[in-house]
Amino acid sequence: MSNITNQSLSEILKSIKSKKISSLELTQAYIKNIENAKKLNAFVTTTFDQALENAKKFDNKQNNEQLLSGVPLAVKDLFCTQNVKTTAGSNILNNFVPSYESTVTKNLWNNGAFLLGKLNCDEFAMGSSNETSFFGNVINPIGDHLVPGGSSGGSSSALAADLTPATIGTDTGGSIRQPASFTGTVGLKPTYGLCSRWGIVAFASSLDQAGPMTKTVNDCSIMLEAMSGFDEKDSTSINKKKELYSKNLKDNIKGLKIGIPKEYRVDNMPKEIDELWEKGKKILKDLGAQLIDISLPHTKYALPTYYIVAPAEASSNLARYDGVRYGYRSQKGKDLIEMYENTRSEGFGDEVKRRILIGTYVLSSGYYDAYYLKAQKVRQLIKKDFDDSFTKVDAILTPSTPSSAFKIGEKTNDPVSMYLNDIFTVPVNLAGLPALSLPAGLDKKGYPLGLQLIGKALDEQKILNIGYAFEKNCGYNNEIKKWWS
Amino acid sequence: MSKEKFDYFINGEKGKYEVVIGLEVHAQVLSNSKLFSGSSTKFGADPNKQVSLIDSAFPGMLPVINEECVKQAVRTGLGLNAKINNYSVFDRKNYFYADLPQGYQISQYKNPIVGEGKVLLDMPYGSKEIGIERLHLEQDAGKSIHDMDPSSTYVDLNRSGIALMEIVSKPHLRSPDEVNAYIKKLRTIMRYLGTCDGNMQEGSLRADVNVSVRKVGDKNFGTRCEIKNVNSIKFMQMAIEYEANRQVELLENGKEIDQETRLFDTKKNETRSMRSKEDAHDYRYFPDPDLLPLKLEQKLIDDLKKSLPELPDNKKERFIQEYGLNSYEANVLVSEKEISDYYEEVAKLSDKKLAATWMMGDLFAMLNDKGLNISNSPISAENFAELIQSIKSGEISGRIAKEVFEIMVESGDNPKKIIESKGMKQQSDPKELEKMINEILSKNKDKVDQYKAGKEKLFGFFVGQVMKLSGGKANPQMTNEILKKLLKV
Repeated sequence: MSNITNQSLSEILKSIKSKKISSLELTQAYIKNIENAKKLNAFVTTTFDQALENAKKFDNKQNNEQLLSGVPLAVKDLFCTQNVKTTAGSNILNNFVPSYESTVTKNLWNNGAFLLGKLNCDEFAMGSSNETSFFGNVINPIGDHLVPGGSSGGSSSALAADLTPATIGTDTGGSIRQPASFTGTVGLKPTYGLCSRWGIVAFASSLDQAGPMTKTVNDCSIMLEAMSGFDEKDSTSINKKKELYSKNLKDNIKGLKIGIPKEYRVDNMPKEIDELWEKGKKILKDLGAQLIDISLPHTKYALPTYYIVAPAEASSNLARYDGVRYGYRSQKGKDLIEMYENTRSEGFGDEVKRRILIGTYVLSSGYYDAYYLKAQKVRQLIKKDFDDSFTKVDAILTPSTPSSAFKIGEKTNDPVSMYLNDIFTVPVNLAGLPALSLPAGLDKKGYPLGLQLIGKALDEQKILNIGYAFEKNCGYNNEIKKWWS
Repeated sequence: MSKEKFDYFINGEKGKYEVVIGLEVHAQVLSNSKLFSGSSTKFGADPNKQVSLIDSAFPGMLPVINEECVKQAVRTGLGLNAKINNYSVFDRKNYFYADLPQGYQISQYKNPIVGEGKVLLDMPYGSKEIGIERLHLEQDAGKSIHDMDPSSTYVDLNRSGIALMEIVSKPHLRSPDEVNAYIKKLRTIMRYLGTCDGNMQEGSLRADVNVSVRKVGDKNFGTRCEIKNVNSIKFMQMAIEYEANRQVELLENGKEIDQETRLFDTKKNETRSMRSKEDAHDYRYFPDPDLLPLKLEQKLIDDLKKSLPELPDNKKERFIQEYGLNSYEANVLVSEKEISDYYEEVAKLSDKKLAATWMMGDLFAMLNDKGLNISNSPISAENFAELIQSIKSGEISGRIAKEVFEIMVESGDNPKKIIESKGMKQQSDPKELEKMINEILSKNKDKVDQYKAGKEKLFGFFVGQVMKLSGGKANPQMTNEILKKLLKV
């Protein structure tokens, strides 16, 4: 079998079902790729033995009834995996081996897939370039000097480099969509509550959402179908009937109304992004969709709002990493307080510390009303902007990011410019909506650029359909030269 | 009963001081599992045997509200005549401690599940209403054990995540006695409701005590100190006593009281500063994003209201009306649900008033002596009722009844059987009694003459002789009547 690994997940599934390839052969092919791609630093942990074992088990008793029959998958190292080290990209969880499996990964395994390894990410998913990981930065297969985006940078890199047929990430402020955009892949942040958060190392609970990262829109619908679903262990999980996204995937979008928000045309945005957006509009229009200018007036407040809400929740969510029960514990210090201080000083990296400090500050008495409470109010306004728009349109089209992949080290000393990378993605998290990032073109350097489709809450099917139609007519081809192997 | 006057003041040289007390009672919710996890809440398990991944705050673990705990809080709120809030919010109270795995306690801050209510106290100087500010649900922390190792602290997380109700009173209490009555009343109400077992030894009921003093007549409150986590009524009273006097002494010496948190040292019987207002934690409360706001449907509240048992205040009124008891008796008999049940069973089968007297006298004294409570009383309510009936009907005298009672305690036997087999029945046959009395009179002719000559106190001598001859079984009333008749001049 030549080059099975550069095919899409759905093609691979067909090959498995028709026994053109065995699960073992497939798994071996990925293992080979992974071993040749150490330079990318996409993996924190590999589980090859376990994967080969599972592949053999599948081949011995092939079950084609499942959505992900016989497919090995690597996942972001933010998902707790039973008996497999789960680090969240942090020194403080460097030795942490969960005794439990996150609901989302369990859903994947229940659908016939098995674990190939754990993918690098920004520490506690805090970052937009995968440079904050304790395990070193991940490299974008597009170019050896480029970041893969973040925080799901190990996921985007591994996917684009054919180290996994599909993967999952988490998206708190753009952590799926921005790396997808930087690597020419598809990434979906589902509606808040569609995928269970149980067993995912928490960053900002009211924003975190797991989602698929894939090579095609069809793959994305398969993965979403497999991973989503109500979970009574997550109080914010939405209790609704399971949807068959892949079965219901359609490319007819005639008559759909697509909103174009004027506020997403920001100052100093590269011309190429604007051109990409125009190209996207034209494709959708040609497919019979109707373009409607809309306004999301509070968009400019989204980024500051996000950088109050997310750190506030993070400062509290990360309090449990204290060295008392699991994870890293400093051996220095003569009492409890010193043990805490040393453990957390040595265990957390700079970006995490920065956000804990910001979060602690904005929740402090005397500042709470001015920051956290105000941010919550603005968040409601942002949500209302979307609600109002969705009375007029079916979906909203925007660029995914204000730029293509930037250079490693380019923004590490300028957190604000790093944060600005999330400018188009964070409003969606604040509003709890689904959004799909689609590869749509290249900039003049030849780096991928993405467009974002934002949907109504629980309207994943519609944005997947639009994306599916778009993909067929966009002509985007993610040719990546395997310079690393 | 004569009404006493309230008299708990501290006299200083510069004036008379009143003590103002407010309590934050932490009552453990009676439920099989914890507030946000399925772990057991049973007392006395080996350390760390009742700890789930949620209780120990493993990465990615999420809380899910235990509906039964919510219902228990609503029931308690209804029992406190309080407003139940259809909308309440769980917040995170952030602070670091080794026995607080999450690094925050899930509690309710701005929007508690229960709002204002009230509790009625029966004090010797009349009934007094104590306002309830609020009741909210929160998680308990684990336990740090500092004395098992010279250099390490051990942590037991069995309690971590257990549901507590924090019941905050208004600053309406004015003396250690009122605190005693208040805690006992809360405890009684919650035990009636089955929402908290009130077991203070096991830590099911603890309180933070806020104390301040002010000169009698002052409208403004003084600066208060909070005494943390006191786990018995006695210690609460001692702590208040000490703390109030400490504050008065400061004021008398022209010093100021620092608002601070203090600890009560039970060995030295004193309160000690724990942290000042400046060092007070900034808990950085904010709504827990892992939990949606708690919305209660009015129907649920109404249904719970309908299913509430009769509560002590109502039962007391009914006992007064139905059984003709006085307020004091009714109060004692409703103080525990089990006691009131026992009483009602006895009262149904016997004389209501006499039953109350005997229960509050001999029965309680015996239970107290033996360290028993009413539920494991050696005398069943049925047998006790029979005993009361035997007294009432004149079958046995009160004195013999005490003997029968003793035998009942030892043997658990039915009183009829005891009276029968031991021949303890009262002699109430007028012919028999007259025969016996005539016999005594004829044997003591000299005394009869003396009596008739005016030495009336010899009457008692004749009664004594009758009792002696009858083995104490002669009906005293009839004996008196017959003696009077036969000794008539």
